[in-house]
Amino acid sequence: MSAEPHYTLYHPRWYRRRVSVWWWLQKRSYTGFVLRELTSIFVAFFAVVYLWQLRALTQGPEAYEQFLARLATPLFLALDTVAFLFVLFHAITWFNLTPKAMVVRWRGKRVPDWLILGLNYAAWLVLSGAVAFVLLRE
Amino acid sequence: MPSSVALTVSRYRPERESEPTFQTYEIPFRKDWVVLDALNHVKDSLDGSLSFRWSCRMGVCGSCGMKVNGTPKLTCATFLADYVPGPIRVEPLDYFPVVRDLVVDLTDFMRKLKQVKPWIIRKEEKAPGDGEYLQTPDQLDTYKQFSMCINCMLCYSACPIYGLEPSFIGPAAIALAQRYNMDSRDEGAAERLKILSEHDGIWQCTFVGECTKVCPKHVDPAGAIQQYKLTGATNWVKSLLLPWSTR
Amino acid sequence: MDLFTCDVLVVGGGGAGLRAAIAVAETHPKLRVSVISKVYPMRSHTVSAEGGAAAVIKAEDSLDEHAYDTISGGDWLTDQDAVEAFVREAPEEMLRLEHWGCPWSREPDGHIAVRPFGGMKIERTWFAADKTGFHLLHTLFQTTLKYQAIERFDEFFVTKLLVDEGRCQGVVAIELSTGQIRTIIAKAVILCTGGCGKVFPFTTNANIKNGDGMALAYRAGAPLKDMEFVQYHPTGLPFTGILITEAARAEGGWLLNKDGYRYLQDYDLGKPTPKPVLRSMELGPRDRLSQCFVKEQEKGRTLEGPYGHYVHLDIRHLGEKLIDRKIPFVRELCLKYVGIDPVKEMIPVRPVVHYMMGGIHTDIHGATPVRGLYAAGEAACVSINGANRLGSNSLTEILVFGARAGRAAAAFAAEQAGASSSLAAQAGDEQRRLEEGFLRKNGGSERIAMLRAEMHQIMEESAGIYRTETALKEATGKLKRLQERFQDLSLDDHSHTFNTELTAALELSYMLDVAQTILHSALERRESRGSHQRTDYPQRDDERFLAHSLAYRAEDDSPRIEYRPVTITRWPPGKRVYGR
Repeated sequence: MSAEPHYTLYHPRWYRRRVSVWWWLQKRSYTGFVLRELTSIFVAFFAVVYLWQLRALTQGPEAYEQFLARLATPLFLALDTVAFLFVLFHAITWFNLTPKAMVVRWRGKRVPDWLILGLNYAAWLVLSGAVAFVLLRE
Repeated sequence: MPSSVALTVSRYRPERESEPTFQTYEIPFRKDWVVLDALNHVKDSLDGSLSFRWSCRMGVCGSCGMKVNGTPKLTCATFLADYVPGPIRVEPLDYFPVVRDLVVDLTDFMRKLKQVKPWIIRKEEKAPGDGEYLQTPDQLDTYKQFSMCINCMLCYSACPIYGLEPSFIGPAAIALAQRYNMDSRDEGAAERLKILSEHDGIWQCTFVGECTKVCPKHVDPAGAIQQYKLTGATNWVKSLLLPWSTR
Repeated sequence: MDLFTCDVLVVGGGGAGLRAAIAVAETHPKLRVSVISKVYPMRSHTVSAEGGAAAVIKAEDSLDEHAYDTISGGDWLTDQDAVEAFVREAPEEMLRLEHWGCPWSREPDGHIAVRPFGGMKIERTWFAADKTGFHLLHTLFQTTLKYQAIERFDEFFVTKLLVDEGRCQGVVAIELSTGQIRTIIAKAVILCTGGCGKVFPFTTNANIKNGDGMALAYRAGAPLKDMEFVQYHPTGLPFTGILITEAARAEGGWLLNKDGYRYLQDYDLGKPTPKPVLRSMELGPRDRLSQCFVKEQEKGRTLEGPYGHYVHLDIRHLGEKLIDRKIPFVRELCLKYVGIDPVKEMIPVRPVVHYMMGGIHTDIHGATPVRGLYAAGEAACVSINGANRLGSNSLTEILVFGARAGRAAAAFAAEQAGASSSLAAQAGDEQRRLEEGFLRKNGGSERIAMLRAEMHQIMEESAGIYRTETALKEATGKLKRLQERFQDLSLDDHSHTFNTELTAALELSYMLDVAQTILHSALERRESRGSHQRTDYPQRDDERFLAHSLAYRAEDDSPRIEYRPVTITRWPPGKRVYGR
């Protein structure tokens, strides 16, 4: 039973529901959204690793070998895999949202969403292919 | 198909209680009935004290927005057949203060709507006798989608940012501002930019995208906001690099 | 009791009300104008209008043509001076709306596009896809936001007009969110509360169309004019009554009976052609089309479904592209509410109540016989619609006469002194009536839904498309008993906060009053004209009935019917001819 209401004639109290701290668990799409936002941490993680790699390069071949050895440890491999999955999730969710944010009009008509999406994914594939080609040439 | 279904409705009577409670009613199931028909059956035959808003019952006036099984919906366009065997839970929209039963207070939105100046702003107006402003069908197309907003507030009820930060201007208001910004007859984009790029404007939005999901008229307010962020950002860069051009 | 004051009070926030408020703000910027509405303005029923708004704009069109179409469409019961003013001011009003941002559909070169519409000889119906009313209302509402002088009382339910010293001086209203009774004193009041379609069981009208303003004016001593003229729209969906716009026929839709036959050709409406011909077949006037349905039903050539008889509206031959461009809302509504795609299947339709030609009697400036009381829109009867309204004239009417009433009310208010002193006492009486009659009353055996259903049955049976003397006479007696039983109403909700059962009861009392005026007016008009068809008097009788009926409230609360001649200027009464 609810407590006695504070009511004076013609002055009803409005009810304001508190937003729970766990609001983001209440709906699948909310949880997906929060995970998407969290992926930024893993993107930052890769950026830091990359900077660390550059630093190791400038310090000479032994430092670089040491760096590569650290990357091969099981802990780091696990971390890397998790981070990679999150960054993939990051890329896919943001690509899917691109047509919303970028409205391109050509000859007065709006370019359809699937075309914008397709072009983004195509560019990603081409660039990834080019990078892979360069790196795996040996 | 069952012959009846249970409707669990949120009740709030501020003169008697300090919190909402739930009350369940058994209503006949009809294939053609929408949730609104069920609520009207309750009001007409079971409990005349149930208060809710409704008017057109064809999805164009925006009065009957409520939560059905947790999702904001227009109850005049939500069929019972999609929810049987039930029970079906009907609650007032989230993130608005509840006045009574399923009725929420909308003054916050009304104030924000006025803030974004949703009218044609021009330096010089034509007299009606001078004829219409020309606007090609393609020009009409650029803003038409955003003009379809029926102010039903489902988007506000779906937006977690609005729930966490009630001062956020919100999806519908920004979509309507964008509707005027993109109208070829309007010249008020600069005036609206000031309001929209404030702290509670577009930058509060983190593109959750729920607003677009629940919008019954396919207005795509999330799209409107993201597109406007591009405009807002471009203007900010321009104001830094070429301060004289944005005056 | 709380007291507010303003100079001009507009009751009703739909197209007419908002246009009136803007007119006051623009012509008399120093006056304070308030708009009071029982719903938020963007919920007003103007929002559901679909087809379009008529105004002369094409070079081959002329004001006289528009006037003639309107006058003949109204079966010569229109006041021709009002029609002449209406067609003259229509184009300017519509252009003003365009300047305010209304997204009218366009020709490829950027000019306003027009479409054909029922009863019109030349295309002159402006449209915004098929959501014209929606765009019109939202444009008007958003435009009112820029005027500081316009104040709003949203969700205030007016229960009484305050009349003293022969002048209307304000209203008493319930503030819905708190239940407090408020008094608003004004120097002029404009009633823009819309029609009363909910008096009938099957209607395109929203729940809020209960004839509030009509009943308020009637109780305050103003007469209701031409109440017997109820328009049935030929194409509403069975069960829900949702409107399928006339534009579907204007773009080329066909009405087919159960044999797939375009039955309108049997009723002197022209010959069927593949493309629509104006003022012919499916583009005939609404009253004739609805009457054809009843005749087909009597011949057994309509289809029968779980919700009564219906016919088919076929738009399949228009093609998906045209449907999605010109009438997308029709497709949306059919998919949602009937579960059919009109691109591939035929739409089940039947006539449903749509519009009240009748209303509060006003002159061509929107003034009622009660000083200080004005009216505009569907709530008023000027009359430009006469015995039958042409589609797309109403949206223009609310703009033209909303502006006229606004200007006239503002001019009147600017010359008034203060309010009289007995208003507070009147308001106090009203508060007591509401408290004792509804909120604090215990016992009672009648239920709102029961009485409303019985009223619906009476109106459907006796005030339908075809009427007879005996049915009408019996109906007036039955309705009077309903009004007596209303006094014994019992409510479940005795609270103050947002009590919608109380407002439903008050709306029912308005509807009962208005229904009585419809029945009595229909009974006394012993002729057939336009949408009022008497099987016992099947001919038009210009000798006795080229006149408007005026329903006054008599001492015994029944309506007293008088007559007022129609104003004829340049178009003497002739035959109504369509399809030739």
